[in-house]
Amino acid sequence: MYDLIVIGGGPAGLAAACAAWEAGLHRVLIVERDRELGGILNQCIHNGFGLHYFKEELTGPEYAGRFVNMLRDTGVEVRLDTMVLEVGADRRVHMVGKATGYRVEEARSVLLAMGCRERTRGAISIPGTRPAGIFTAGAAQRYVNMEGWLPGERVVILGSGDIGLIMARRMTLEGAKVLACVEVMPYSGGLNRNIVQCLHDYDIPLYLSHTVTEIRGKNRVEQVVVSKVDEQRRPIPGSEMIFDCDTLLLSVGLIPENELTRQAGIAIDPRTSGAVVYENMETSLPGVFACGNVAHVHDLVDFVTAESQRAGRAAARYVLEGAGPEESALEVVSGDCVTYTVPQHIRPGRVEQGCELFFRVNRVCGPSRIAVTSGGRQLAAFRRDCLAPGEMEHITLPRALLDKADGAITIAVEEVKAG
Amino acid sequence: MYDVLIIGCGITGAATAFELSKYRLRVGILERENDVADGTTKANSAILHAGYDPLPGSLMARLNVRGVALARQLCTALDVPYSPCGSLVLGFTPADRETLAELHRRGTANGVPGLALLTGDEARALEPSLSPAVTAALHAPSAAICSPWEYCLALAETAVRNGAELHLETAVTGLYPTETGWRVETSRGKLESRWVVNAAGLDAQAVHEMAAPRTFTLHPSRGQYFLLDKSEGNRVGRVIFQCPNEHGKGVLVTPTVHGNLLVGPNAEPVEGDDTATTAAGLDFVRRTALRSVPSVDFRTVIRSFAGVRAVADTGDFVIEEAAPRFLDLAGICSPGLSAAPAVGEYAAELMGQAGLPLERKADFQASRRRVRFKELPEGEKARLAAERPDYGRIICRCETVTEGEILDALRAPIPPRSVDGVKRRVGAGLGRCQGGFCGPRVVELLCRELGCSPGEIVQDRAGSWLLARETKGGKTDV
Repeated sequence: MYDLIVIGGGPAGLAAACAAWEAGLHRVLIVERDRELGGILNQCIHNGFGLHYFKEELTGPEYAGRFVNMLRDTGVEVRLDTMVLEVGADRRVHMVGKATGYRVEEARSVLLAMGCRERTRGAISIPGTRPAGIFTAGAAQRYVNMEGWLPGERVVILGSGDIGLIMARRMTLEGAKVLACVEVMPYSGGLNRNIVQCLHDYDIPLYLSHTVTEIRGKNRVEQVVVSKVDEQRRPIPGSEMIFDCDTLLLSVGLIPENELTRQAGIAIDPRTSGAVVYENMETSLPGVFACGNVAHVHDLVDFVTAESQRAGRAAARYVLEGAGPEESALEVVSGDCVTYTVPQHIRPGRVEQGCELFFRVNRVCGPSRIAVTSGGRQLAAFRRDCLAPGEMEHITLPRALLDKADGAITIAVEEVKAG
Repeated sequence: MYDVLIIGCGITGAATAFELSKYRLRVGILERENDVADGTTKANSAILHAGYDPLPGSLMARLNVRGVALARQLCTALDVPYSPCGSLVLGFTPADRETLAELHRRGTANGVPGLALLTGDEARALEPSLSPAVTAALHAPSAAICSPWEYCLALAETAVRNGAELHLETAVTGLYPTETGWRVETSRGKLESRWVVNAAGLDAQAVHEMAAPRTFTLHPSRGQYFLLDKSEGNRVGRVIFQCPNEHGKGVLVTPTVHGNLLVGPNAEPVEGDDTATTAAGLDFVRRTALRSVPSVDFRTVIRSFAGVRAVADTGDFVIEEAAPRFLDLAGICSPGLSAAPAVGEYAAELMGQAGLPLERKADFQASRRRVRFKELPEGEKARLAAERPDYGRIICRCETVTEGEILDALRAPIPPRSVDGVKRRVGAGLGRCQGGFCGPRVVELLCRELGCSPGEIVQDRAGSWLLARETKGGKTDV
């Protein structure tokens, strides 16, 4: 019987396992489907990781390496090349691996840290032919950075998510010609620093409010047609531009990988596509926690780490102190301009000093006020100079404030006139 | 010298090869592409129609009903995913009601078992997701769904195991009569055969005209589809058709044997094998399908695709000896998948009557099995993973496909030569991530088994190169 089984050995699973160990759990197992720990960080060889957490600039593998080293100093067990097939409601974890065969392990608590996957072409149904040469940006990144192969020479990128932007620069450095980055929204989905460092610095044009409306080529991509879109994101006839290219990279969003979560009967929030979680990242199934990109898609690994450490400590507390008494929970409602919040529920009685709350806005906002209200009363307000859908926001709600809440808490954003 | 050379290894060619491999004959199959089932067989509705649609007395009617009956046993014997789920044709208007009555009459004349006309409420009792606008329906319990691609592979593989010779990437360039039969010129040299069977699908007219004067014209018709995630797989339990009417015909909503939901097709004339999708075509499919089942969640689409079928201007399948010892199996449009084993049987019968000696082999192997790890019970999974550790390594996360299954496919009688060839055989890359994660690992396994470099691996057909070149430092730098 394990105290904790962590599913996934990427940044979320590593941080959570270390934190749970430090908090006093002694039988902790990480199950990782790949051949090494680190998850997607291993293929992110660019820098920019760790600015918040380590206060220095690391590459993805370096960032993962720090945690792998920390893990070495613990007694956490690791099973690599092992895939979890099922998490039972009784916290029995079914897994299969080449070295260990089929195993069912029991645990007092389970932590879901499976990360996310990329949206594919099918999900956006681009008309045209179906040739080779269409890759998600992350798949291309794996080929270039881990397999040592360049997927193509003339590239168009659809979507301005961070991985797409990073790959625009990476493929350019490898000698490919990146012709354009095309974004259907009127704003980029990626971090501003990546727009500057990966597109502007290499004179790669970014076409906002444009999309790929046709793929051409019988066996390999030969052309893509790019059209301007109107405010409803419908292509505008007559605005077509044709790019001669052999590769189309897709960076059109990330989807938390929650198949195991669904199968376990855990409640999912359709807005995050992740599990509905409480203030301590516990899901609707007692003793099962979720953190990192499987709970909601993050932009920065530093925040994944912080969230996962909280989840790991919470799992330890669950095991060491028991489930505790049933406590009433406040619902967190996404108000004006807010796409989602994590957590979705807060049990004020479980909050020690403050509750971290993450959210995204649904459009680019200038100087704004983040209002926290409950029962028609404002509990707190926070100021921001600007907010964007591509940059996750974060506030801390003090315990004292939560105690004043009357029913649900609403988080809303309104733009304020400057000055 | 071959006894029979079959041109084309789609479902029709494969079914014919399978049938002929029961006899003491030297049979060859010539396939232009690098894999079997690469044309119409690869992209269609995956339905074994009950047989109420074709006009009574037609070849289509007879071979459809017979083919569906044969398919039931064949799919079991050859381990092909098959589900006898039945179908409903929906009616919305008084005119539809008459169409349904006509289909019921035709079906009865064609010998389709169990047909029943239902009211809208009776139909909704069977399928609660149907639109409230449905006022009548025709229920055909003998309709089924299958995996067309695996059906074709299984038939071809079994034919090969029983001695048939498959020549991939071998395009026929000319047919010349000889004293004993035919000289078949191909992109890989000349072959001699007593008989030639034309199962060339979209190219059957061109092949026919190499051997005989024109007697029919094929009109390629394209159909576009959406494949939806398994989360939508239970939206309906049966194949849901609409009546042909002024909105078009044939848009259906159906579960697939893999547990997904398939929606389509439209029907539009195209040139050649143009399998591109269009915004207008996909939009039509989406709108029309929602009339049948308003709750289909199109946000869960994982792939859209199109297939082209060859429709003959004769209005029926073209199955005849067009020149001495040259047998056409042409214009095999819908219900060609349903009819396939009956077409094969009929082809053998026709050649037998024209003098091909049909002497049964005593040692014909009529069964096929493959491991599907995901579907096994827990104990069986544990036993397999212990026995052969490569069944313990999951390569495709979304579809739970193991390295062992991929290696089995690579060592089968007709091994894959491409990433998509692996996908079609074992399902790796078929799921929600569409190969994003498992692609590099499949490439690695293909390289290992085929003894080549990643730069030589193709996605699908010859020419569909996957990777351009090594990075500046190549593998040594990573």
